[in-house]
Amino acid sequence: MTHRWGMTVDLDRCTGCEACVTACRTENNIRIAGPEQSAKGRAIAWIRVERYYEGDFPDVRVKFRPVMCQQCDAAPCEPVCPTYASHHTDEGLNAQVYNRCIGTRYCANACPYNVRFFNFGNPVFDRPLELALNPDVSVREVGVVEKCTFCVQRISAGKDVAKAENRELKDGEIKPACVQSCPTSAIVFGDLNDPESEVSRLSRSSRGTKLLEDVGTLPKVTYLQKQY
Amino acid sequence: MTLQDEQKINADLLRPLRSTSVWFFLLVAFLGTILLCGAGAWFYQMSNGLAVAGIRWPIFWAFYITNFVFWIGISHAGTLISAILRLVNATWRRPVTRCAEVITVFALMIGAMFPIIHLGRPWLFFYLIPYPSERHIWPNVRSPLSWDFFAISTYLTGSTLFLILPIIPDFALMRDQMTGWRRRIYGVLALGWQGTTKQWHRLEAAMQIMAIAIVPVAISVHTIVSFDFSMSPVPMWHSTVFGPYFVVGAIFSGIAGLIIAMAVLRKTLHLEAYLHPLHFQNLGKLLLLMSLLWGYFTFAERITTWYGNQPAEMAVFWETQTGSYAPLFWTMVFCNFLIPFPILAIRKLRTITGCVIASSTIVVGMWLERFLIIVPSLGTKNLPYSWSSYRPQPVEIMITIATFAAMVLLYTLFTKAVPIISIWELKVGGHVQPQLTAEGETEEEHHALWRTRP
Repeated sequence: MTHRWGMTVDLDRCTGCEACVTACRTENNIRIAGPEQSAKGRAIAWIRVERYYEGDFPDVRVKFRPVMCQQCDAAPCEPVCPTYASHHTDEGLNAQVYNRCIGTRYCANACPYNVRFFNFGNPVFDRPLELALNPDVSVREVGVVEKCTFCVQRISAGKDVAKAENRELKDGEIKPACVQSCPTSAIVFGDLNDPESEVSRLSRSSRGTKLLEDVGTLPKVTYLQKQY
Repeated sequence: MTLQDEQKINADLLRPLRSTSVWFFLLVAFLGTILLCGAGAWFYQMSNGLAVAGIRWPIFWAFYITNFVFWIGISHAGTLISAILRLVNATWRRPVTRCAEVITVFALMIGAMFPIIHLGRPWLFFYLIPYPSERHIWPNVRSPLSWDFFAISTYLTGSTLFLILPIIPDFALMRDQMTGWRRRIYGVLALGWQGTTKQWHRLEAAMQIMAIAIVPVAISVHTIVSFDFSMSPVPMWHSTVFGPYFVVGAIFSGIAGLIIAMAVLRKTLHLEAYLHPLHFQNLGKLLLLMSLLWGYFTFAERITTWYGNQPAEMAVFWETQTGSYAPLFWTMVFCNFLIPFPILAIRKLRTITGCVIASSTIVVGMWLERFLIIVPSLGTKNLPYSWSSYRPQPVEIMITIATFAAMVLLYTLFTKAVPIISIWELKVGGHVQPQLTAEGETEEEHHALWRTRP
């Protein structure tokens, strides 16, 4: 049975610590833009923690919402790409093939979640950060679009290990960097085709909602809404 | 038409080709410098990445795509107008067609540069072209950008043919009139035209086919350009009205561009006897119609969005109506409707000067319209966390200015090589000489005179 990777984010558990953001940056060799360029909107963050405030002072409640690529089943980014750089994989991921990307940025405009990022310059990693580069992930050139891959390199590695040991993948065996680093286990990753997996169980929760569901993108990330 | 008349037409219209003043060289040098600066800006952008431009997350399209849509719009001046006027056999069209068709070809060439200029990796633009390559991958035909490629290349091919076909007899005329190296060049370009009956018949047939074929192509081109936006689920982009709205806007800005070009040509090349106030009157009426249509479409688009009251769309809506883009929006309404409407609607004001003033504001207004369609939607898309605003940077401004210089430069060079008014068509139509429009003749009599010509 093919996999269908999905994720749940429990907003009750999220403390907004941004450990996932840092982990993602290190795992995926994300370009460092620097403070000046970041202020001009050139920073890249495959996962970000959005802050929303509810109520009036002094009764203010903060709501954190980690937003990453929702790996939509009906992804608006895919059909608009003229070069098939963004396309759907057999396992339901929205893959981005950097070699094919010519940088029309059409996908980034079409994405309702604004989770696609453009490389405004060539990657620069100030010493000693270049020593921390992950050899499993390619460093992206200037002019291409990139986005969250659900740590596809970890998915491949996990499948390889299971295959070498001649067994099925276990639920929770593959952990993207954000999942691994979340101190409150707010983010859960797994196979949506396995009805017994934790991510499937949580996706069916009555608290479960999809982000911008009315746009009709059929995202594979489920947000468990805040109760407290 | 007497022999003297024909010789006068030849002399008048070939004069810019024969004599060149120092002003021509100064103008070419000036425009060429601006164009070089624009090219320099582009190379600067290529070597430094798009960080030197003003685009940012999440406003990934701005000035360049605005220019793209604007210039493709301007290109609807020519071929479409001239094809329609040919098909309805409007005889007053004869001095106008060529200057219109030239605008089409050059504006398309300039517009088609922008999808390449704006690319993150412009050196790989050929990935858009379908050809059997070692990559074993074709362009994605589901993408509106692929449709753009096919639409624009078809339109460019068609409008180039549509421009060149009726120049052939004029090339032959120039071959016969000129001497030396020019004679040889025009001889090659004339493609062996001898003016036999058979050749004339074939030319007429070819023009008829092209005039019919080019109309649906022109309309489809700007519809497809509008699909670049309306096919994405972006608030205020995802709209059914965009196809016709864009086509109307394109013809609107195209006629405005044509009127400005005609007025400039009339003054600089002394074509007062050929580009008559009547032409401006008639094109002014067409411009008035397009202004009304544009106002109608803008109203329809806005009122349905407002009435539908969808949260994501309303964010963009208020951003343009009353928010940070409001000054631009209301300038656009003034430029496209409130200023040109009275000028073009009142007969006394619909003079050459009046038409040029109206056209100038329309060109500005239509550029703003394209900008206001693209940027506010991207800057105010769905999730408020990512809302952002855009500020153009020097590279983008320089490249934008350079495109206008490129247009004028190409036009200037063209008028040096080819008579900007179709000589043989004037002769076929029996050109009305200035003395026929004598003092005391009423406008109605004058119009009647034009209508009776074959």
